[in-house]
Amino acid sequence: MIDQLKHNFKTFETSLNGATKSNWHELRTEAFEAFAKNGFPKPKDEEYRYTQIARALEKTFDFSATPVAIDAVHGNKPLFYDSDAIHVFIDNGVVQKDSLTHTELDAIEIMTLEEATNKYPEEVKAHFGKYANVQKDPFTALNTAFSYEGVFIKVTKNTKIERPVLLHYSTDGNNSISQSRNLILVEQGAEVSIIESHTSHGDSAHFSNHVSEIVVGANANFNGYKLQHQHDKSYHVDNTFISQDRDSKAQTYTLTLEGKLIRNNLNFALEDENCEAHMFGLYVVRDNGHVDNHTNVDHKMPKCYSNEIYKGILDDKAKGVFNGKIFVRQDAQKTNAFQSNKNILLTDTASINTKPQLEIWADDVSCSHGCTTGQLDEEQLFYLRSRGVSKSSATAMLLHAFVNDVLDKINISFLHNFINEEISKRLD
Amino acid sequence: MLSIKNLHAEIEGQQILKGINLEVKAGEVHAIMGPNGSGKSTLASVLAGREEYEVTEGEVTFLGKDILDLAPEDRAHEGLFLAFQYPVEIPGVSSNNFLRTALNQTREYKGLEPLDAVNFLKLMKEKMALVEIDQKLINRSLNEGFSGGEKKRNEIFQMAVLEPKLSILDETDSGLDIDALRIVANGVNKLKSPDNATILVTHYQRLLDHIVPDFVHVLYNGQIVKSGDKSLALELEDKGYDWIKEEVDATIS
Repeated sequence: MIDQLKHNFKTFETSLNGATKSNWHELRTEAFEAFAKNGFPKPKDEEYRYTQIARALEKTFDFSATPVAIDAVHGNKPLFYDSDAIHVFIDNGVVQKDSLTHTELDAIEIMTLEEATNKYPEEVKAHFGKYANVQKDPFTALNTAFSYEGVFIKVTKNTKIERPVLLHYSTDGNNSISQSRNLILVEQGAEVSIIESHTSHGDSAHFSNHVSEIVVGANANFNGYKLQHQHDKSYHVDNTFISQDRDSKAQTYTLTLEGKLIRNNLNFALEDENCEAHMFGLYVVRDNGHVDNHTNVDHKMPKCYSNEIYKGILDDKAKGVFNGKIFVRQDAQKTNAFQSNKNILLTDTASINTKPQLEIWADDVSCSHGCTTGQLDEEQLFYLRSRGVSKSSATAMLLHAFVNDVLDKINISFLHNFINEEISKRLD
Repeated sequence: MLSIKNLHAEIEGQQILKGINLEVKAGEVHAIMGPNGSGKSTLASVLAGREEYEVTEGEVTFLGKDILDLAPEDRAHEGLFLAFQYPVEIPGVSSNNFLRTALNQTREYKGLEPLDAVNFLKLMKEKMALVEIDQKLINRSLNEGFSGGEKKRNEIFQMAVLEPKLSILDETDSGLDIDALRIVANGVNKLKSPDNATILVTHYQRLLDHIVPDFVHVLYNGQIVKSGDKSLALELEDKGYDWIKEEVDATIS
């Protein structure tokens, strides 16, 4: 497979006219070399121990095709549409350029990465590939190696973008592979909410490999929502890297409703003092679905706060993995870091592997973590039923109650309603 | 209304009820008293349909229907209500939403139209006044952070909304101070009618000063060993349970 990809990589590079000498070219080459050296995660790779993704991918997908589906553009209808939002469509990893003409906007610029290299070469050079570590994760390496466009968003200093930006990612099957890439710059004092909605069409398998780099400037505020609602033959790997400057605030919401295998690597780097990072996660998985959330918060400087709440409901034979790492460096005194992962298993065949990982090198910190896994509380169930609430309604009520503290954190009402309804459909 | 014949029940292989016989008619108030561990709460739980208990012998008919095979929710739909000794806290479930679902599923079972939001709210207001419960409690998650007295009051409030035919109050008085006890008892008395019946499971006679029973039964070692009128409760208050135990043990030997 690697040999085949080497060939693809050469073809791909030469197809990009005149780009071979740029800084981006060097990044691609470095990334490809890293990928060629490491390959996909091995069965004993600690980072992917509970998610044996490599075998599944090699078995299902043909890597002889360039892992960028350039055409296959189709007019699909988005999962949800709110007239209030700023919409951008990305089909099979390819940005639909006609969806980028938001002339009415002045405080936010949305374009392809390719355009950005011409318009904002300094910014792209300073940030692209700077946070996405190609040595650490093979999927990040693969993505960077074959990156040629993607979504570039720049939010102008000291402005608040009231309308959420909604990135619709659609894929269709044929055992194809797509890769997508984001670079989002939230300048000093700016504020924005960005929703990524990942869906799949058709009924054959697809592998989407997504990487986002998000730079949150000093005193800025970023809200990132990820809705993963692909079909049950979809493989999806997400690597998100958020870098925060001093006094900034970032909230992420990772909401997983469907998919064959999903792996999320969410990385926060708190680069300066007084940053605040919130990570909310919700996964409601059924059948043979597999969801793996790896999060990593790197507390580099003093007086930062990180808070993580991930909740999961696993039904049928679904599998869940949670690995939450909190890394507190020696300089990061007065760090406050909290983490919680709670799961409900609805069947004996559903399972979860959950692991908190705290590495603390500073001495004046406050950290806590906790995880629980269990069934529904029988006493609560009986109480509700004894009042005349049917077993299925009572179960739904308790599961709703379980997810509510994450759901209620979703500040965008149409998204909140959508998730709430989807979960109701699932639970009732 | 309720007829219990030779009821035997066990939990985890341990026999708790060893042949209970009891008849309850509409309009009656029965008190079931007895020392700790005699099986009082087990009886209440078995009637409400708690699944940990296994009925090994006997029958229970409620309004002419065998209820032992009914799910807990269907027993509720038939008109049975259990006020819990320890009402459970359910964070994240709103009292309003829960009660409306309970009420409307009961109405559906009976072939009635569901109550709409406006009429439900009206009913809630009316019943809140009846049992003197604060709107603030109802606005919160079910029993979450309630004091012991507030939880018991909420049980009576739910009873008022659901209007059961037979209410079983499982040690509703334990842990209540005098004022809370009076409010709870007032609520129960207001809800009493010639058409419904009440079973008070209690350890103390104190409750019976406020809710006057027609019959008092003493449960000991899984059986009703003595029945009488309200004077029996006073006698128990006065003399304790030892004389009953002695009487029973003497008969056996």
